[in-house]
Amino acid sequence: MTAVEDRAEAESSVATTAAKPAGTRRKKQRDKYNKREALAGYLFVAPWVVGFLIFTLGAMIYSLVISFSDYDLATDTAVPNGGANYAELFEDPKVMLALGNTLFYAVMAVPLEIAFALFLAMLLNRVGKGAGLFRTLYYLPKMTPSVAAASVFLLLLNGNYGAINRGLALIGIQGPQWLTDPNWVKPSIVLMTLWSVSGTMIIFLAALKNVPRDLYEVASLDGAGKVRQFFNITVPMISGTIFFNVLVLTIAALQVFDQAFLLFWRNQTNASPDASLFYAVYLFQQAFRNFNFGFAAAMAWLIFVIIMIITFIQVKFGNRFVYYEGDKN
Amino acid sequence: MSSTIGTSQATVDPRMQALGIQEAGGKSPASPGRDVKNVVVKAILWVLLIGFALLFLYPFAWLLSASLKPRGEVFDNRLIPQTFQPQNYADVWDKLPLLNWVGNSLLIAILAAGLVTLSSSIVAFGFAYFKFPGRNLLFGLILATMMLPGAVTLIPTYLIWNNLGFVGTNVPLWATNLFGSAFYIFLQRQFFLGLPRELFEAARVDGASYWGLFWRIAAPLSIPSFIIVFIFEFQASWNNLQAPLIYLNFGSIENFTVPLGISYAMTAFSPGNGGQGDYQWVMTAALLVTLPMLILFAFGQRYFIEGIATQGRKG
Repeated sequence: MTAVEDRAEAESSVATTAAKPAGTRRKKQRDKYNKREALAGYLFVAPWVVGFLIFTLGAMIYSLVISFSDYDLATDTAVPNGGANYAELFEDPKVMLALGNTLFYAVMAVPLEIAFALFLAMLLNRVGKGAGLFRTLYYLPKMTPSVAAASVFLLLLNGNYGAINRGLALIGIQGPQWLTDPNWVKPSIVLMTLWSVSGTMIIFLAALKNVPRDLYEVASLDGAGKVRQFFNITVPMISGTIFFNVLVLTIAALQVFDQAFLLFWRNQTNASPDASLFYAVYLFQQAFRNFNFGFAAAMAWLIFVIIMIITFIQVKFGNRFVYYEGDKN
Repeated sequence: MSSTIGTSQATVDPRMQALGIQEAGGKSPASPGRDVKNVVVKAILWVLLIGFALLFLYPFAWLLSASLKPRGEVFDNRLIPQTFQPQNYADVWDKLPLLNWVGNSLLIAILAAGLVTLSSSIVAFGFAYFKFPGRNLLFGLILATMMLPGAVTLIPTYLIWNNLGFVGTNVPLWATNLFGSAFYIFLQRQFFLGLPRELFEAARVDGASYWGLFWRIAAPLSIPSFIIVFIFEFQASWNNLQAPLIYLNFGSIENFTVPLGISYAMTAFSPGNGGQGDYQWVMTAALLVTLPMLILFAFGQRYFIEGIATQGRKG
């Protein structure tokens, strides 16, 4: 490999450096080649670096500045106001309400998503033939635009004539007012989220396929039942994937916007239950309906810090629980 | 395993049965109890599989049926409409500027997906092939940005586009894709790393430029990963709601994208807003915009599955 590389280097640079004095040529060629390769590498990654400097790093710094300012869109001026926006965050009951709603939703949604996705993945993993068809069918909700899904769920979830409550009535349960009862607002969004949980399911399915079959055979010979096999083989063997999914789904749940917006806040004049005010929705309203940019930027930094803290705690705990095979990662 | 264990387990909670893993064929210990157990387990398995399939598909069936109903029957929950009104599919184009919306969404999705496929693969090749100081640091930075909540950059990004005069146009919905996107860069890099390096050395010997290595050697071999990136971004762009809400949600509704348009129609048709509750057209439009995604999935299924599975592997 390295021999091939060296030869290629030497040959390729002969033409370009032919004019150099013969004595120092060999050493210089190497340096020059490496520099050329490095330069080419920088040029290739330059688009990302430029984008990062403007739309990530630059934007973050700008966002931080705005969060400490009174920003006026009409004149495009940011007048520093100390920490007034941040102080206001803690005085605005709606911020705390939205934060509470969002955290509550995440705590409810993430474990259910993990359990349901894993359950479906194990189901698919058990069938040999036909799994492909069912995998396809289960995946279709994930392809559905959130706006189409919401337009259906808005009617399915209707407390009086929606199909879900009609179905529950068939088995003698009186369904709740999903969309207006503050206690049922978040479960209704969880339901919509679970309907399109198949992305997580696919990730689990891929992980399950990598668990060596013989582990189960050995365990079964040793007399371990299915439940023990699940907790002592399956869970440890896919713990890395469970951990990854928990991280990703938590971050997504803390930023949930589409479902809450479409089901409850699309209509500016409607009064929706307080329980449906999610953090991302309130941030959006503050930023793009009230053009209260300083305040909204402070809100963004607050949720950023909260997500960082939660992720940090999860990683701390996760490392204790995740089983890594010696040869992986 | 003895036959008594087998039979006793058949009565266990069906979910636990399903959680288990297929045993090695089930042929070898040919005891009657075991056969019964296998049949029961199989039956439960298929009932669950089909049951969930019906649950997942029900909203689609409901949507299809509602889209064919007259106004008064949209909410009647019948899967087979009492009165068929296929006319909805002709009328919806007049009632809503759906053709404009589809055109806008299509243009934006193709630009967004095309640009991000090209830019991400160029950047990914930079990381996969070349050695340069700071490479690992930069790549780590890329992975880190995947965790960054979008809210933090939302407002400054808006202000950048506002200062450039692009708010109200579709430019903000695709232009940042010129700079590559973290997950796609990661995915493409994995793919490039799988290509044998000797291929590139040979091309270098033949006098290929660095760009030639990417464009003439790596790119043609990476069509599958290009397809994955393209269809993922196409779907993300087609379904995107928040960005159009921010950048296009004023002025003429003809400039809307499909998600923004349907969201608008849901409100505009509601009786509370002076509409007449013509939700059948919302349903028709919702079905029409879902169809391209289902077709995309039908043709690109294995790319979607592969792309999603890769997502898990980076963890």
